Amino acid sequence: PPAHSHRDWIGPPDRLSNLRPVIFYVPPEESALERRLREARQEAQASNQRFWARHNRAFRQEKEEFIYSRLKAKGLEMRDESGQKATLNAEEMADFYKDFLSKNLKKHLQYNRDWYKRNFRITFLMGQVALVRALRWLRWRKKNVQQ
Amino acid sequence: LTGLFVWRLRNTGVRQIPCRFVRLYHVANDRLITFQYFNFLKRMYVTQCNKDLSQRAKPKSDSVVCPFHELQQLDQEKKIVHKISPVSPVHQSETSSRKELREMKSAAETEDSVMPVGAESKEDRQWKEMKLRLDDLPGILARLSKIKLTALVVSTASAGFAMAPVPFELTCFLLASLGTGLASCAANSINQFFEVPFDSNMNRTKNRPLVRGQISPLLAVCFAASCGIPGIALLTLGVNPLTGALGAFNIFLYTCCYTPLKRMSIANTWVGAVVGAIPPIMGWTAATGSLDAGALLLGGILYSWQFPHFNALSWGLREDYSRGGYCMMSVTHPGLCRRVALRHCLALIGLSTVAPVLDITTWTFPIISLPINLYISYLGFRFYRDADRSSSRKLFFCSLWHLPMLLLVMFTCKKSVQEKEDKGNLSGESHETAVEIRLP
Repeated sequence: PPAHSHRDWIGPPDRLSNLRPVIFYVPPEESALERRLREARQEAQASNQRFWARHNRAFRQEKEEFIYSRLKAKGLEMRDESGQKATLNAEEMADFYKDFLSKNLKKHLQYNRDWYKRNFRITFLMGQVALVRALRWLRWRKKNVQQ
Repeated sequence: LTGLFVWRLRNTGVRQIPCRFVRLYHVANDRLITFQYFNFLKRMYVTQCNKDLSQRAKPKSDSVVCPFHELQQLDQEKKIVHKISPVSPVHQSETSSRKELREMKSAAETEDSVMPVGAESKEDRQWKEMKLRLDDLPGILARLSKIKLTALVVSTASAGFAMAPVPFELTCFLLASLGTGLASCAANSINQFFEVPFDSNMNRTKNRPLVRGQISPLLAVCFAASCGIPGIALLTLGVNPLTGALGAFNIFLYTCCYTPLKRMSIANTWVGAVVGAIPPIMGWTAATGSLDAGALLLGGILYSWQFPHFNALSWGLREDYSRGGYCMMSVTHPGLCRRVALRHCLALIGLSTVAPVLDITTWTFPIISLPINLYISYLGFRFYRDADRSSSRKLFFCSLWHLPMLLLVMFTCKKSVQEKEDKGNLSGESHETAVEIRLP
């Protein structure tokens, strides 16, 4: 993002976590409230990134292992004669999906609670910041009109 | 010149959106849903899942762009940015900075020597300023409120209204439809607000406005409130309190029960089916003001319909659901998933037969609707037995046209109010005329 911009910038989805990173703009006269908001958003972003990157990587790895073990059990190789990567059909993968979901359920429940709390807090702070800014703008308008 | 062309294309694209809404609304409020509408639905592959809206015929997700190419693009953009910024004024008024950005964007696009379609996917890979553009706002809000799904919900509510055994009142009908639509927008927006990181990880939902940062969560919540509160108020004050209460309950059920439950247990599907069943009940109570057996029957039909529809849809999304952490029957209890779908297809036949018993329709309704109900049950049975992608797709697409057709047939077989009144008054009238004749 350009150096002179006064706003946040959002980027393309991350390769691992599929989340879009945000670069936050730090205004020179940032109030305490605005700083709390920015830090909450940065923290949430970092925590989400960590969770999903790790989770997706684990998914990919376990999927590969599963495919490998199943192919081996069937006596096939990872790549067939034409060099194409051998895959299992959806029905065989279904066992893996079921397994993976049940294994990670507890992790997801914890993450959900966390995410909801963060989301509410960030939105509430946004509301407070917006309110303060609106009041400030109204006061500035009144002062200008009086002048 | 290509840049200008791309820029014009983007502009016209945005301006076209409002017309599409108007067309959809006209169609949705038209009780006689035409066959062209079915085809439109089929082509767009829009799902009437109250949970999620999808466009099935999705192009394969963007192939990984060569990192060098990407860097080169970013570099180019940076160069352009630096070139333009010294020239334009530095003063930070809203309109001027917006114009400045527009110029920058169009200049950036001029440098893009790709076709318009390619430009869109390339733009997706670029860093974007998190700023709300007013001309994009209608499109963004439409996607936030899942406007197509809302239109379908409103049409089921109007079906409920139409089936109620009372004379048709236009103002009541319009108020009820508008209120239901606003409530649905609110519920959908809150749902997207809750699900940002999960949506970004699923192929179907990764282009939603909150995921892409086109709108802030605060604005999403404010929009939801500004749709939901007037919507419910409209229903409570303009129609009747019962409808308003049902609307508010439905919003609560969808946002606070269904959405969190999706990640906790498979019971979410049943809750979601109730969410889908309530709009026609709302339509009925809007017309009559009371909760009759007819309303419950209509709700029951929609409740049963949800299962083949959603279970078939979720069969093809098992990987995304598993990775995203969603507890769906198709992933955890595949046998149950197919059994339930079949069970409810058969229940539809049963419910259609009950309709004339409750005096809602004539006896022609179960007879005429039997073919389509049998067909969907057959597909449900195939899905149960084969449990593969093709049978699930067939069942899903069948459910898309089955419901509108069933509601249409139901409406045409509706027992007219006159008939019922005549039957009731027959004995009373003859008595009265007899008395009158004797008097003079």
